[in-house]
Amino acid sequence: MSETVPMLDSLGALGAALRVQGSRVGVGELLAAHRALEAVDCCSREESRLALRAVLCSDRGDLSRFELAFAAVFGSGQVADDGNPLEELGTIARQALPRAAIPGSAAPAPGAAEESTAVPAAWSDVELLREKDFSHYTEAEMALARELIARLARRGPTRLSRRTRPVRRRRGHQPDLRRVLRASLRTGGDPVHRHWRAPRRRPRPVVLVCDVSGSMTPYARMLLQYLQASVAARRRVEAFAFGTRLTRITNELEGRDHDRALTRAAAAVSDFSGGTRIGAALAELNRVHGRRIGRGAVIVILSDGWDRGDPELLGAEMARLRRSAHRLVWLNPLAAHPDFEPLTRGMRAAVPHTDELLAGNSLASLEELASILEEI
Amino acid sequence: MTSLQIGSVEAVREALAADGYLADRPLALAVHLAVALEQPLLLEGEAGVGKTEVARALAASTGARLIRLQCHEGIDLHHAVYDWDYARQLLALRAAEEGVEEGELFSRRFLLRRPLLDALESDAPVVLLIDEVDRADDEFEAFLLEFLSDFAVTIPELGTIAARHRPVVVLTSNRTRELHDALKRRCLYHWIDYPNPEREREIVQQRIPGVPEAIATRVVTAVGRLREHGDLYKLPGVGETLVWARALLALGEDADLEETLGAALKVHEDVVRVRQGRVLEGV
Repeated sequence: MSETVPMLDSLGALGAALRVQGSRVGVGELLAAHRALEAVDCCSREESRLALRAVLCSDRGDLSRFELAFAAVFGSGQVADDGNPLEELGTIARQALPRAAIPGSAAPAPGAAEESTAVPAAWSDVELLREKDFSHYTEAEMALARELIARLARRGPTRLSRRTRPVRRRRGHQPDLRRVLRASLRTGGDPVHRHWRAPRRRPRPVVLVCDVSGSMTPYARMLLQYLQASVAARRRVEAFAFGTRLTRITNELEGRDHDRALTRAAAAVSDFSGGTRIGAALAELNRVHGRRIGRGAVIVILSDGWDRGDPELLGAEMARLRRSAHRLVWLNPLAAHPDFEPLTRGMRAAVPHTDELLAGNSLASLEELASILEEI
Repeated sequence: MTSLQIGSVEAVREALAADGYLADRPLALAVHLAVALEQPLLLEGEAGVGKTEVARALAASTGARLIRLQCHEGIDLHHAVYDWDYARQLLALRAAEEGVEEGELFSRRFLLRRPLLDALESDAPVVLLIDEVDRADDEFEAFLLEFLSDFAVTIPELGTIAARHRPVVVLTSNRTRELHDALKRRCLYHWIDYPNPEREREIVQQRIPGVPEAIATRVVTAVGRLREHGDLYKLPGVGETLVWARALLALGEDADLEETLGAALKVHEDVVRVRQGRVLEGV
């Protein structure tokens, strides 16, 4: 007993250190860790480290957090453990740098809480808002639009699943033998009543890729709201933000608390209101997240197409994305202008590979996106 | 008592090696823990790093029975646990003149056992491989969660069937989507990385008996360069290394690597990029 108490204490400390970094470690994990230590040679530091790692990590991202927490609780042992010291340096540097908040939405004033629950005074308010350009929105209007955006975000594409559900007979459906048999018990073994099954409809994966560079700033705050609402409302939605590099913000945007989700996402994106390299961002999407996007997803890119990178790269990456996606939709706020022609170098490279080019500057255009998604 | 038992980490490593699987220490330790703690092991890693092989080698080297459940889109209880043989039930129903008892109709005679039920009822020790669990949907994942905590299933007509011995469970995922947290928390976790060059050379020599040293070295160096290239859509896994080595073995030691690039790279743009960049020059 006297031996296990210090061990329990350090395990508790290790769990706490992991939780601080955002890993999910509960009592169950700590009990399992305790059992794991008994199963290995716990005099060996390396052995114990590996055992604890197997029990306490449940994700690749957890591995680096574990190394930090382990070093913090049990000391760093030999200096050359196989954790990478440079990585650690990177996170420290990032913590020291000032973080950008969502542009244009300064910290909510103390009295702003009521504002976020504002309801439209009359239908006409909403009607006026529909056509208004996002860049001309006031803070109050943004709060008003939130509810509408959340409603739009619930609408999305579906596809046929391989799971089936019982239906009335229509052509091409499979017989439901289970129910036929059950029914025939009642008719003395004769399958008098027939039953059928047909495929169900499931949500089709959606990937939203939002440009948060300088030129998109007036629109990014509203479009990010759409991203957040989509992630919260539907299953199988992935969200990314990019300026000069790509950041996956799906995990940050999850959860019911709308404001916190957006703050988390803003903290994760390190290049708000900076330059744009769409080609490089899409290259990363294709390579690092290719698996996650998978096949058969609808990919929506929200960007004005002002690209400072190589248009050839953008063209090639768009072609690749188009081939692995089910549909590729581009939302360009500039496209709302009646004289809009996709003339920027970036847009010219990208347009041949898109299935749909929409405006994306107002609620009306998001509504258009929602109906297109539903038809897909 | 016929559950699988292996004494130590080193013993696991040797057992796997006996079947031609060269595991590094962290992996062997994870497998050892999975066996010792009777907890499922979740293996993730890039395609072709040998996730599935772990279960196969573990079963083969310990003499356990390997039961494999390949997950796919739309998989449900009737694919994974049990189903009734409706066609035979209907026949039996028609054949019996004076009617059949319902209990008789839903008896083991007409039960089709699928992999998970098979694993529960096996008398011999079992390694249960649940392959590519990320392809199944949320509903099936929720069922798996229940299955992996109780090791029992309920068939309404027959009652609850519990495991005779807890099988060693290995799950693999390709990360096409994130698994549910609850499922992950029930499992031990190990990320299988690409092996380092020396180990990969050992693997090539182990898996292709009689391969000349020169071929093994060339292929491993070439694959290493492709993985370091940093601008390819799909990187070659260990599986591709083996195919490439076999290709060179068939063509002769001096065969051109660029000509046989199709053994390692399967995306046209990647092949073009490697040829234009002269990535394999001098190998």
